[in-house]
Amino acid sequence: MKSQAILTVIGQDRPGIVSAVSQALYNAGCSIEDASMMRLGGYFAIMQVLRYPRDLGSVEAALDSATKKLDLKMHLDPVAPYSGAAEIPPNCRVTVFGADHPGIVAHVTGALAEVGFNIIDLNSHLSGGEDRPVYIMTIQGSAPGGVDAVEAALSSVRAEESVEIRVSPVDTLML
Amino acid sequence: MEALPILTYPDPRLKQTSEAVTQIDGELVAFVGQLKQTMYAGPGGVGIAAPQVGRFQRIVLVDVSPKLKDKCHGFLTLINPRLLEWNGMAVGREGCMSVPDFTGNVIRAEEILVQAQDLNGREHAYEFEGFEARAVQHEMDHLEGLLFLDRLVSRNADLFKRKRYK
Repeated sequence: MKSQAILTVIGQDRPGIVSAVSQALYNAGCSIEDASMMRLGGYFAIMQVLRYPRDLGSVEAALDSATKKLDLKMHLDPVAPYSGAAEIPPNCRVTVFGADHPGIVAHVTGALAEVGFNIIDLNSHLSGGEDRPVYIMTIQGSAPGGVDAVEAALSSVRAEESVEIRVSPVDTLML
Repeated sequence: MEALPILTYPDPRLKQTSEAVTQIDGELVAFVGQLKQTMYAGPGGVGIAAPQVGRFQRIVLVDVSPKLKDKCHGFLTLINPRLLEWNGMAVGREGCMSVPDFTGNVIRAEEILVQAQDLNGREHAYEFEGFEARAVQHEMDHLEGLLFLDRLVSRNADLFKRKRYK
C-alpha cells in the first residue's frame, strides 16, 4: 500500500533540475502521478502528486542531495489518497489580455468565483516591452452555469480593467 | 446487427498504417454498415475509422450533424481520403473511443479540402471547417496509426505559437 504526497520544488532555472528530482524519487521507490513543471520568470517550479512506498522521511532524504546540489527549495507534504474520479472536465476557456496593471487577476477570478466557476488551470505571461508591458492570461475550468453565465459575470470587469476578455466553450469532441 | 468491438490503447494494432481500399463490393458495403452502427453506439458517435475495429483499410465515417445540425455535410463515408489543402490552426479538446477516460488539447487545421471516394467508387472533394474538419482529421490520423495522444499540446506551447503567428 503506497501513500500519497504533494511535492513542490522551486529554484533558479538551469538544465538538470527535473532529471535530478525525478531520479531521486525513482531511487526512493516513488511513482509520479499528476505533475506540472514549468519555467516561471527565471525560476523553475515543480508541482507533483507522488506515491511513496515507505516513510516520507526516506523520500525527503533521497531528495536532499539533489536539492542541495542545485540550490532548490522543497516542500513535501503527505495528503489523503485521491482517486481523481470526481473530476469535472473543463467546459469553458477564458482568455484575458491587456496593458499590464495590478488587479487583473484578482478582479477576473473574483467575478468567476461569484458564478461558481472552478478554475482547473490558469497560465499567465507578462510580455511586451518594459515600457508597454502586456499581461496575457488563459484560464480553463468548469462553469456550472455555462459560458453565458461566465460572459455575463465578466462583462463589467472588461470595462473596469480595460482588458480584452474572450469566453469560449471547451467543446470536447468525442470520436 | 451489433456494434463491433473497439480496439483500445495500448493495443499495438492501433499504430498500424492502413491499406488503400482497392475493391468496393457487397462485403465492404456491409462492413461500412456495421461500422456506422458502431459509430452511433459510441459515446460521441460523430466519427470512426475502420482500424479502430481492427480492419486496416482506409475507410473513415463522420457525421457531426448531432452537434452542427444542417451546418455540415451530415453522414459521409470517406474511402481512401486524401488531404489536399489545409488552412489555419485551432486548439480543441478531443477524446477518442480508442482512448477511454482521457481527453486532451490538440492543434488541428481549421479548414481542409479532402478528396475521397464514396461507396460507389465515385471521387468527391469536400471542404470541411471547424468541428467537422477536426473530426475528419482525427479519423484520418487513425489510418496512419496516429492517436490524438500523438498530437497533444500544452496550453503554454499553444500560447507561444500563437504569439509567433500573429
